[in-house]
Amino acid sequence: MPIIEVDQLHKRYGSTVAVQDVSFSVEEGEIFGILGRNGAGKTTTVECLAGLRAPDGGRVRVAGHDPLTDTAPVRRIVGVQLQDAALPDKLRAGEAVDLYASFYDEPADPRAVLGALGLADKADTRFKDLSGGQRQRLSIALALVGRPRVAILDELTTGLDPHARRETWALVRQIREMGVTVVLVTHVMEEAERLCDRVAVIHDGRVAALDTPAGLIATATDGGPRASLEDAFVALTAPADADGARPWPFPFPVAR
Amino acid sequence: MSTTATPDALSPTTARGPSPGRRRRPSQLLRTQARLFLREPVTLLWTLAVPLIILVAIGAAAGGKHEQDLGGLRVIDTYVPTLAVFSLAMLAVNVLPPTLATDRERGILRRLATTPVRPSRLLAVQLVIHAAVAVVSLLAVVAVGRLAFDVALPDPFPAFLVILVLTGASLLAIGVLIAAIAPTVRAANGLGALAFFPLMFFGGLWIPRETMSDTLRHVSDATPVGAAVGALQDVTTGGTWPSVGALGVIAAWGIVVGVLATRHFRWQ
Repeated sequence: MPIIEVDQLHKRYGSTVAVQDVSFSVEEGEIFGILGRNGAGKTTTVECLAGLRAPDGGRVRVAGHDPLTDTAPVRRIVGVQLQDAALPDKLRAGEAVDLYASFYDEPADPRAVLGALGLADKADTRFKDLSGGQRQRLSIALALVGRPRVAILDELTTGLDPHARRETWALVRQIREMGVTVVLVTHVMEEAERLCDRVAVIHDGRVAALDTPAGLIATATDGGPRASLEDAFVALTAPADADGARPWPFPFPVAR
Repeated sequence: MSTTATPDALSPTTARGPSPGRRRRPSQLLRTQARLFLREPVTLLWTLAVPLIILVAIGAAAGGKHEQDLGGLRVIDTYVPTLAVFSLAMLAVNVLPPTLATDRERGILRRLATTPVRPSRLLAVQLVIHAAVAVVSLLAVVAVGRLAFDVALPDPFPAFLVILVLTGASLLAIGVLIAAIAPTVRAANGLGALAFFPLMFFGGLWIPRETMSDTLRHVSDATPVGAAVGALQDVTTGGTWPSVGALGVIAAWGIVVGVLATRHFRWQ
């Protein structure tokens, strides 16, 4: 049985439809990528998974539980690393992990989690004195300290330098080796191509494609030797009217 | 990166052996937030030291003369109730709103919503901490007033407690309302300052309520801090229960503002 099932998810904010119709399922132990352009509906989708938003239609299940009505088990099962979430400036890394561990009945040892994330020597460092990569790793530590079965990682490597990004990727693989299912939200195609077992490409609130990275490259590009997931993504998420140049948008002629 | 992965440390709870961590500890949130509060020296200075400094300065400067236009009271007698409420007002409208707005702006409340702990718990913890610090400051003002300047202790004491609880609740409600309507931390700071000065003006921080004109005094009676200071005056120098009207004003502010704050508070 899949650990995550999303079936015909629909969510709008006022008259704006954020998610039109999204369905996918994630198997236990997978690294599942959710890709899409800015505003495609990725974050809304994972917020519905985490129980942070109520869908307007469709069905979401996490390990068989409805995140909205069956909140307690879902909050135990799912660890979330949110895009742009910060901590108080003067909170020390060790205190943050201790605090989040205190929320759960059977947490991991906070020191061991810090160690596993390469932050063992940063336990006494205040949040504001951590580097971007260290903050990101601390955020992952908070998502993992409750020993979740599913980790949702949203825009994990935004703003990280190439070294920190690679380290974070290695970390995601380790998380999976520990038996945690990973849902990775990203618009960094290289990240998805290297990490994900399967990816769902969300475009205009719908699943435009769902396959392995290699499968997507094969079907959505000319399949040349240099074709990348980014080529496939661009082909899948192009605006409907965008074959070739757009018409001149200004009410005066082009100077020739 | 030196990640020595220790799979056991992070393995999900389905693959559980004996749990290496401890069971859920609800007091940890309170402890952590209290620690964070104590790491703000400027806040501590303003809420714990400044009222005492003003008290000692006024007591030393104005001396113990009984003033005719203060109804026979000494200047220090009129200032003890005002300064007793000073920290509470400061904590409620200047310190609490930016703290809550920061928790919201940084996504801390949203982040909490994904854990087994409700974000409302953090709000409750912040209220408890701010109220506790206010009580410490208030007791210090009353004690120093008594020991250094022979200002009468609150009597009847239950009346003092009633005033304290009502005033604390209504001022903290104002603080939560400011946090609710302020779109950013900066706005919360600005609105807090904007609320603090009139509140404390009518509470007699600059001119004692006794020397206010009748009109000004009536306005003061209708404000939460003004009514609270008047009521405290009754129990310190007057030695009587405050009027039901004064307690009613404080409670009414608490209820109206509390309802508005609850209705408008945003968690993200």
